[in-house]
Amino acid sequence: MITLTIDDQKVVAEEGMTILEAAREHGIYIPTLCYHEALKPYGACRLCIVEFADERRGARLVSSCSFPAQDGAVIRTNSPLVLEARRMIIELLLADCPDVKAVRELADELGVEKSQFEPEGEGNDCILCGLCVRACQEIVGVSAISLINRGIEKKVKPPFEIASSVCIGCGTCVFVCPTGAITLEDIGRPRLAHEWHSEFQARPCRVCGDHYLVPESVSDYQELLAEEESRSVSSG
Amino acid sequence: MRILTLRDLEMAGARGTAALYPSQTKIMVGMATCGLASGAQEVYDALLNEVSRQGVDAVIRQVGCIGWCCKEPLVDVLSPGKPRITYGEITAKRVPKIVEALAQGEIVKEWAIGRLDGDENLIEGTKRSYLADDAQVQVMNQVPLYKEIDLFKDQVRIVMRNCGIIDPRSIDEYIARGGYLALYKALNEMSPEEVIEEITRSGLRGRGGAGFPTGLKWKFTRQSKGDTKYIICNADEGDPGAYMDRSVLEGDPHTVIEGMIIGAYAIGASEGYIYVRAEYPLAIEMLTIAIQQAEEYGLLGQNILGSGMDFQIKLSMGAGAFVCGEETALMASIEGRAGEPRPRPPFPAQSGLWGQPTNINNVETWANVPVIVARGGDWYARIGTETSKGTKVFSLVGKITNNSLIEVPMGITLRQIIYGAGGGIADGREFKAVQTGGPSGGCIPAELIDLPVDYEQLTQAGSIMGSGGMIVLDDRTCMVDLAKYFFTFLKGESCGKCIPCRLGINRMQKILTDITEGRGKEGDIELLEQLAVTVKGASLCGLGQTAPNPVLTTIRYFRDEFEAHIKEKRCPAGVCRELIEYSIDAEKCTGCGRCVRVCPQEAIVGEKKKPHVLDPALCIKCGACYEVCKFGAVVLS
Repeated sequence: MITLTIDDQKVVAEEGMTILEAAREHGIYIPTLCYHEALKPYGACRLCIVEFADERRGARLVSSCSFPAQDGAVIRTNSPLVLEARRMIIELLLADCPDVKAVRELADELGVEKSQFEPEGEGNDCILCGLCVRACQEIVGVSAISLINRGIEKKVKPPFEIASSVCIGCGTCVFVCPTGAITLEDIGRPRLAHEWHSEFQARPCRVCGDHYLVPESVSDYQELLAEEESRSVSSG
Repeated sequence: MRILTLRDLEMAGARGTAALYPSQTKIMVGMATCGLASGAQEVYDALLNEVSRQGVDAVIRQVGCIGWCCKEPLVDVLSPGKPRITYGEITAKRVPKIVEALAQGEIVKEWAIGRLDGDENLIEGTKRSYLADDAQVQVMNQVPLYKEIDLFKDQVRIVMRNCGIIDPRSIDEYIARGGYLALYKALNEMSPEEVIEEITRSGLRGRGGAGFPTGLKWKFTRQSKGDTKYIICNADEGDPGAYMDRSVLEGDPHTVIEGMIIGAYAIGASEGYIYVRAEYPLAIEMLTIAIQQAEEYGLLGQNILGSGMDFQIKLSMGAGAFVCGEETALMASIEGRAGEPRPRPPFPAQSGLWGQPTNINNVETWANVPVIVARGGDWYARIGTETSKGTKVFSLVGKITNNSLIEVPMGITLRQIIYGAGGGIADGREFKAVQTGGPSGGCIPAELIDLPVDYEQLTQAGSIMGSGGMIVLDDRTCMVDLAKYFFTFLKGESCGKCIPCRLGINRMQKILTDITEGRGKEGDIELLEQLAVTVKGASLCGLGQTAPNPVLTTIRYFRDEFEAHIKEKRCPAGVCRELIEYSIDAEKCTGCGRCVRVCPQEAIVGEKKKPHVLDPALCIKCGACYEVCKFGAVVLS
């Protein structure tokens, strides 16, 4: 166990925890946009930055979602340095995706009424948090989508921006997206993943007939189950 | 043929010596990328032709770049017993005359720009004289010695010790100049810890820009636990105007490879990667040849020099992303993923390539290693300043007389570099500032010209050492325009992963564009400063964290220029097109018509020998008329 100080509060944490995990365990709030506890830290939104000081480099900002909690560390989650940067980040984001509820709420929370930058991204709901990409890779295990291009041209797409042959239409990306930027539409049998240019033909449930299932998802689950079974047999 | 003993190494060296100093005349052509771009291939072909046509007994060899960029293509002639003569700005047309003179045992004095009476084997600390006792040739002695020439007199060449001297495709020539002796010493006489101790004592710091102590980095990776350890050479040189690493790789690839093998021994690594950008085809070719030769000699692979050490080097090509010079993005790229950085910690020393302990150093850092091991850390630490030891290679570009690649001791002043080696500002204009460290660095103004160049001093001035690009700016450079240039570059190169860098740089570039195009507003400077704080403080990787430097330093030292653009809609340097206008002063115009001939818009009309008129509606403000007018009649306002 290690002890660190977060906002003048002594906090006990387990070795290997991040600052964010340690803070959350003690009910200390740090805003995040690209963090999900089921996924590896990504460090892209930078909203979870906190002030961390060490002897060599003095006070600086680190992303609490990825930075390890260290014994004796002194962390400030709401110092002027932190708040100023956080507000500027949300102003930039607000101008880039003005219609996103999650961003507007965070702006309210940080006391930012209006971005000082001209809005540019009307209709753009993707904040490039990468949650969908990481969930597809880390949880679903297929990597049907990825972040393509760089800089302000960056976006989430399947390879070559055509329907991916490995997408199973499971909708994990939709579930994990914090902004509603990904849509999955079921029109009777067809299921359309608009952003990924994919279309699936769902089959009705044999029992109730009301629910539809995408065969690609089913076969993926079957493979997964078979794998797990063989693993438990061989290890047993 | 494997090299196992010192005797084997000496024999390879003897073959190299015979190639370096043959019994007949040797003609060397500088054929690194810079030379080739200036036409060295045609010169080389012409030499082959001419030597055989005139029946002269001479061998023609290709060498790397000696750094005299402004005099390319360079041809050197070394006849037994005589000094080595360097000819500058040689074309295929000039070749016959040079060969003719050579056949007569003479030189073409008007094209001869430098003379070397010998060279130094830095590894072994020995000197070799080219001169026979009777070789005091009067004419040759009139050619200035390299050490008397401004460009070379302050230089201390450690990293570039072989550049322009050896044929980079000959491992024997490298060995003849003490190559792989340091490796032999490390493997046979030193423990890995002793090697690290020697590097630590030398005070060597990372030459990629950040200046982290190399010995310490090696120690961390050595102490880190892991099944396999990796070392990486970062050759993803991407700063605009910087080509130090390229020249070293093209001119002396073995020094980097030897440095890496020594590093692998010290760290306990079994595999190495050189991450080199695909835009450097010649460097890749030279490295490929060098690695193959080292493998044939048993200097790479299994049981190196019979010591039991196994180590191999692979080349990995970058696909043109500036951000891949950042170590975590670089490793992602080697692993086959998109070149995106990830947060640190964990540092590569703990968890790097494929999650294993990894040590990354840049080309120039590795190139220093053999010399430090051979001569000792104390020897190296005598060069440079208290906190910055050794030498640094700089590419001196921009508005400078001697566009060149130089290696100078740390602590030398900017004045010595710019007015000494650099020969002052081009076209006799006024020195305004120098940009160091590329897009991550800053502009150092003329009033700081006596600043000693070391890591701390440059950081204090708001810039960084960076990898070593030095862009010299004269009074015709607009500092707002320059900041905009770097931000346009960075906007295209930001990977886009983190918000401050992706969106912050984009906004800063927009504000700078507005200012240069006459749409600057009150408060823009403050907004730039405010954005800079966030981009610097909150960005994920080094790219974003240093990106604001060009704008912060230009505001710090040239705030009045920003204000002139914003408040008076005026560009004092006369660069920003939206803010300037050209006209013709009828009293000064002689009607010579030079401006009419260069104007691409036919915007200037007038009768011969009578004052001309410029139509501002047609003018695109390219400045061609302004450049060519000999009478100062074209007025910039």
